[in-house]
Amino acid sequence: MKDTLRFITCGSVDDGKSTLIGRLLWESKQVFEDHLSALQKDSTRYGTQGEAIDLALLVDGLQAEREQSITIDVAYRFFATPQRRFVVADTPGHEQYTRNMATGASTSELAVLVVNASKGLQTQTHRHARIVAMLGIRHLVMAVNKMDLVGWDEAMFGQIVREFQPLVSELRFESFQPIPVSALNGDNITDRSAATPWYSGPTLLECLEKVDVTPRADSLKFRMAVQWVNRPTQDFRGYCGRIASGEVKVGDRVRVVPGGMETKIRSIVGWQTELPAAAAGDSITVCLENEVDITRGSVIAAASDPAELSDQFESRVLCLSDHPLVAGRSYLMNLHTCQAVATITSIKYQIDAKTGNHLAARSLGMNDIGVVNISTDRPVPFEPYDRCRRLGSFILVDRLTNNTVGAGMIDFSLRRAANIHWQAVDVNKSARSRQKLQKPVCLWFTGLSASGKSTVANLLEKRLFTAGKHTYMLDGDNVRHGLNRDLGFSEADRVENIRRVTEVARLLVDAGLVVLVSFISPYRAERELARSRFELGEFVEVFVDTPLEVCERRDPKGLYAKARRGELINFTGIDSDYEPPVSPEIRLDTVNESVDKCVDRILYALEHGLATNISEK
Amino acid sequence: MSGYLASLEAESIEIIREAVALAQKPVMMYSIGKDSSVMLHLARKAFWPAPPPFPLLHIDTTWKFREMIAFRNRIAAESGMKLLVHTNHQRIAEGVNPFTYDSDRYTTMMKTEALKQALDAGAFDLILGGARRDEEKSRAKERIFSFRSAGHRWDPKLQRPELWNIYNARIQPGESVRVFPLSNWTEADIWQYIADENIPIVQLYYAAPRPVVRRSGQWIMVDDDRFPLNPGETPEIRVVRFRTLGCYPLTAAVESTATTIAEIVQETQAARTSERQGRLIDHDQAASMEKKKQEGYF
Repeated sequence: MKDTLRFITCGSVDDGKSTLIGRLLWESKQVFEDHLSALQKDSTRYGTQGEAIDLALLVDGLQAEREQSITIDVAYRFFATPQRRFVVADTPGHEQYTRNMATGASTSELAVLVVNASKGLQTQTHRHARIVAMLGIRHLVMAVNKMDLVGWDEAMFGQIVREFQPLVSELRFESFQPIPVSALNGDNITDRSAATPWYSGPTLLECLEKVDVTPRADSLKFRMAVQWVNRPTQDFRGYCGRIASGEVKVGDRVRVVPGGMETKIRSIVGWQTELPAAAAGDSITVCLENEVDITRGSVIAAASDPAELSDQFESRVLCLSDHPLVAGRSYLMNLHTCQAVATITSIKYQIDAKTGNHLAARSLGMNDIGVVNISTDRPVPFEPYDRCRRLGSFILVDRLTNNTVGAGMIDFSLRRAANIHWQAVDVNKSARSRQKLQKPVCLWFTGLSASGKSTVANLLEKRLFTAGKHTYMLDGDNVRHGLNRDLGFSEADRVENIRRVTEVARLLVDAGLVVLVSFISPYRAERELARSRFELGEFVEVFVDTPLEVCERRDPKGLYAKARRGELINFTGIDSDYEPPVSPEIRLDTVNESVDKCVDRILYALEHGLATNISEK
Repeated sequence: MSGYLASLEAESIEIIREAVALAQKPVMMYSIGKDSSVMLHLARKAFWPAPPPFPLLHIDTTWKFREMIAFRNRIAAESGMKLLVHTNHQRIAEGVNPFTYDSDRYTTMMKTEALKQALDAGAFDLILGGARRDEEKSRAKERIFSFRSAGHRWDPKLQRPELWNIYNARIQPGESVRVFPLSNWTEADIWQYIADENIPIVQLYYAAPRPVVRRSGQWIMVDDDRFPLNPGETPEIRVVRFRTLGCYPLTAAVESTATTIAEIVQETQAARTSERQGRLIDHDQAASMEKKKQEGYF
């Protein structure tokens, strides 16, 4: 029976990856005549092979790619021989497109690493080998290309292979096959080349047809993440999903994670029929013996070997966005069919993709790979990536732009969730607030420097104090000099600064106080994260909405002038962004209203429950 | 069903279920062709015993083969799903037709523009389409979940990374996601699956004697009396079939004697030209599909 091999081609730019795939398509007779006539037109216009046909143009599908003769995005190509069906991910070699390469690797079982014989091993060769290994690819073919340019020199081929061998052992590939080829001329692609009498191994296509990529006996039993609850009538309740591992048959005992309820498989529903059993890779619908609480994101697993559950993980993460991943920031996490809010609690180290060395890092920029700790807002079912790709891989999505900004692989659960038990005590927040006769709240003042945050907050605190309220003010002066004196003004430090302030404010609210926080806090994501740490109604965002030109005119400390002269960097409003709140509870206009009026407005809002945004727009 | 077709099927069903689970208001494009037939079949399998929880949408240019429309109405009724049909009546009233307008402008107005009107009117946030990556070079670069800006535009340089089987369908109001469950199928897979699953398809895919005229080296079928014949031109009867189906004046037939699925499969495997060769709209310029897709075409 014919099977499918999914593989990726990778390697440094200009090593001939696209030409190699073009050659495979060409030789397996997958190029249609009308594509060929378009190719001839394109070759004359964009080609790099003079009048001859440029096979790379068969796969470089975007206009920008043809114009620049480079691959930008991953392309998927299909071809077949009588032995096997192939899906190829052709991926870019440029370092700035590493993320596209990782995308192609995530669904591949084998990698063809292309090396330019005339240039030898490059930084990207090492990077790509490490990335494909990290993404779980266990089989590597090294196509030493452009051998014609070095006169088919056996010694040169041998040297490249010897230099690379230590990495093969270090990354523990299960199979490794180096092949001397010329993609341009078709040597050792499908037919054995007369130029390499010294080479006795397979041609590239022979190798791809024969390599066995079946995973070694999988010890994981049945697991299926629920995608959809199918409930067309009162009598039918089916759970739909694709089996991640193991096998299942009618009558099997299963456990649902989270929840831990045990039940039995009543039936496996196929198309207009019922199935006795199903296995990994099948998309099925199952019905259970008992009514169990199951939603999208639950995992149904063999009762004897259920899936793990945790809310703290150590993971490898690849940054996919030009906005760096920083500790303390929260993201939406898609882990199989489960969605949670995830926070990177710490970046343990960055991995140097060339050497594998660990580097200290406070943030991860585009294409950086790091090992991080992640916490989720609730326990989620998972398996370590190396045991199960499907249940161990996740993406991080930016909460504001909705872009996919990170890709992660879970290494293990930190199991802290199981070890931390909050002391249930009778002296709690509500007891403390009853004692003080006040509702604890955090008033979060945000706005540009010199917008009037502290002026308003100071007067407000006096008025509250006079009225017998227990208050506390957190601002740059009392926090930056003590608790946060180790932090600077880089983006990572600003995020950490706000995170610590948030946690202190939360403790003070727990103590029953009215807390006034006065920080520029320029990023929406951090303010939203702060909000998420409080109970509903406990967090009041006060936007001191003073225009930049007014603040700059006021400039009581001369900071704007300094920033304009370039003496202060990362100054909000000048060379660092301020993201205004979209719907703050309170918006203050300090241009048209006095400080007294602003304070009146806040007090009125506090007394009247703050359910709605009361600002006059 | 052979191993690789079963795994293609399982992957497509997974994609369709993800799409529906992540969308507020999904819709499935139904173009009546073989790929739509397979996609609809997969959707019915994905949600069996319930009918698929979304409507079908057909963009009718009024120039489809008559047989296609009859087939559409029958299949929609059988599936138990709601069928939405949209035509760009404003352009019809302005006299737009595939004969006096070049194929590029005709397609823009009657298909792309009409599609955007229908999607806006229905406020659909997720649209399932039957495109495959093996059809055309720019399609080979497209994600399975493909983000569209508020104007339905595709920006090939701003595609979201798509790793594993994890899809990101999060959007702002007005934006949308197009989802292609058949991304990893080839034309040969489609035919083999139709054969294995006994999926009904329009008779035009099978060879039969049909009235055709020769235009620019290709056989065009004269499906009704709106077809303007050149002076002295008379349709001749030839045994032909169609590898793809679209607007009849823009879809060329191939000479063939394949009257069974098995013969079609055999012919497809031996084919030396791509199926879209019969689509006159693809040949306008080298990057023509990429450009149409950026503007919102499927």
